[in-house]
Amino acid sequence: MSSGDTHPRPARTAARRRERPADMRPLVITGISGNLGRLLARRLHTRFPIVGIDQRPFEGRPKDILHYAIDARRRKAEDIFRHHQVRALIHLGLLHRPTRSGNLHRDFNVEGTVKLLEYCAKYQVPKVVLLSSAYAYGARPDNSNFLTEEAPLRGGEEYPEERALIEWDIYAQNFLWRHPEIECVILRPVHVIGPHVRNAPSNYLRLTNPPVLLGFDPMVQLLHQDDLIQAVLLSLEPGRRGVFNVVGPGEAPLSRILAELGRRPVPIPHFLARPLLSRLWKLGLVNFPPGELPHLRYQCMVDGRRAREVLGFRPQHTLRETIRSLLEPPS
Amino acid sequence: MFEPIVDKLKTALERLADPKVLEKIQRLPTRVNEFGVDPFGFNPEFVKYTVPFVCALYRHYFRVRAVGIQNVPDGRVLLIANHSGQLPFDGMMIIASCMLEREPPRMVRSMVESWVPSLPVVSWFFPRNGQIVGTRENCRLLLEREEAILAFPEGVRGINKLYSQRYQLQEFGLGFMRLALEARAPIVPVAVVGAEEQTIAVANFRAGARLLGFPNLPIPLSMPLLGPLSMLPAPSKYTIYFGKPMTFEGDPDDEDAVVEEKVKQVKGTIQRMLRDGLKARRHVFW
Repeated sequence: MSSGDTHPRPARTAARRRERPADMRPLVITGISGNLGRLLARRLHTRFPIVGIDQRPFEGRPKDILHYAIDARRRKAEDIFRHHQVRALIHLGLLHRPTRSGNLHRDFNVEGTVKLLEYCAKYQVPKVVLLSSAYAYGARPDNSNFLTEEAPLRGGEEYPEERALIEWDIYAQNFLWRHPEIECVILRPVHVIGPHVRNAPSNYLRLTNPPVLLGFDPMVQLLHQDDLIQAVLLSLEPGRRGVFNVVGPGEAPLSRILAELGRRPVPIPHFLARPLLSRLWKLGLVNFPPGELPHLRYQCMVDGRRAREVLGFRPQHTLRETIRSLLEPPS
Repeated sequence: MFEPIVDKLKTALERLADPKVLEKIQRLPTRVNEFGVDPFGFNPEFVKYTVPFVCALYRHYFRVRAVGIQNVPDGRVLLIANHSGQLPFDGMMIIASCMLEREPPRMVRSMVESWVPSLPVVSWFFPRNGQIVGTRENCRLLLEREEAILAFPEGVRGINKLYSQRYQLQEFGLGFMRLALEARAPIVPVAVVGAEEQTIAVANFRAGARLLGFPNLPIPLSMPLLGPLSMLPAPSKYTIYFGKPMTFEGDPDDEDAVVEEKVKQVKGTIQRMLRDGLKARRHVFW
């Protein structure tokens, strides 16, 4: 535990900082070069000064955005917090795109976040928005149809690949409770899809012949990329704090979603799917990690009531629009 | 691959269905989205295909007589029934009577075991017909939406009991009462007479159940003759009695002993209804 965690500064300091003219303090966005990061930066840069942290180059960066091409685990990242009076941290810099080596995932996601949150506590950043995922709850047969934010995170019980996310989410929750002086928001969106998104569920839905499990047709919730951005913007409002599930406009059986997109699914018996997919994944022949298989078999749906009531979040796209957004070319 | 076969089956099933019944299904109060399902995966369109089968069982096989169906009120309600017969045909028939006999028809949701979603086909077949996994949160949400829930507090203790234990109510769980207290939902006691004779289970093969991962493995009397088919029910005549709604008040998080008192009242009522029903019955099969 860092010194910043054990000796939080008096709340007075934080209050004084908040009174300063707000306009000049920048917003730090990690993972800004990713698809979501770029979308968010474009929506925000006219309203706030923005500092981006991402190792990857930021293509088509608007000129008023500062971009540091560094890893959040490096000491240099602390300088950003030391030199700018950061208004808020939006932490999108998680590897959600699955990799074949689980270790990199863990190091990057968990250690990077530990460092960033340490800086937030040390330099009294008043607002932190962390993007987790409803994946953390796990797709399981005994799930309630709509899991609330209090439901246990059981996503990693069968598939160790998913464990890093759980560990990350629990760390983030710890931070939330340990630092009442910081307004920390943890968002757990359902499957985010959209023309710009390249995560596992959207890659899956883009397949012409997606594999499905014979005799299984779970109910699925989807969220449009723009609606997720909307939820992040709402979380930035002063006074918002806590863990929120972010749910899109509704739910539909997987088969109906695939039919809407005009896909021709290939049914595979479930007892063959896991060994088959694990092999193919290790060999690099498929772009669909075995950790996703439970989502083709069981439902993992969440209750978005709290986000609706506390954040005032309302998805702007209908379910059909959300599904069809995958057919649009990225603009 | 299967589409032409499935389409043919669908039209055949639609033709089989009684138009009066289809009209009742149309009138079921549901809230479906643009994909024809409600948030729990229930699809009224899909019921059209299952209903001819259920109707045939209801009218011609078990020849169900529903007594006091108008005791099922509008709005949120818990139907609490005795459970028996090795396979849950009793649940199916209670749901069917609320759909076919009640005016206006009502969709009743039964609570299924949490391992059901891990079975192929059944995993989607049940939800499309309105059945959901029986977790506390699911029940709470459904009652909030003013739906009717069917629960068997005996659970597997009831459905897997032996022939020698017929019409003896097994231990009741307390969960349903806590839910009813919390949601302020009335309880309708339901007694199913006839289901307890449909399969004559003479023994419970515990070691086999452990091996297969089942809660119980009952052995029906006709097993040596019919093999696995012996699990199918005999055509005993069902009479389903719906009692007057009971309302309870109190703290849903009270001690077990306090809640148990209330549960005993429900259990006593059902046991009484069973006794009276058995007395009134002329024969198991007619």
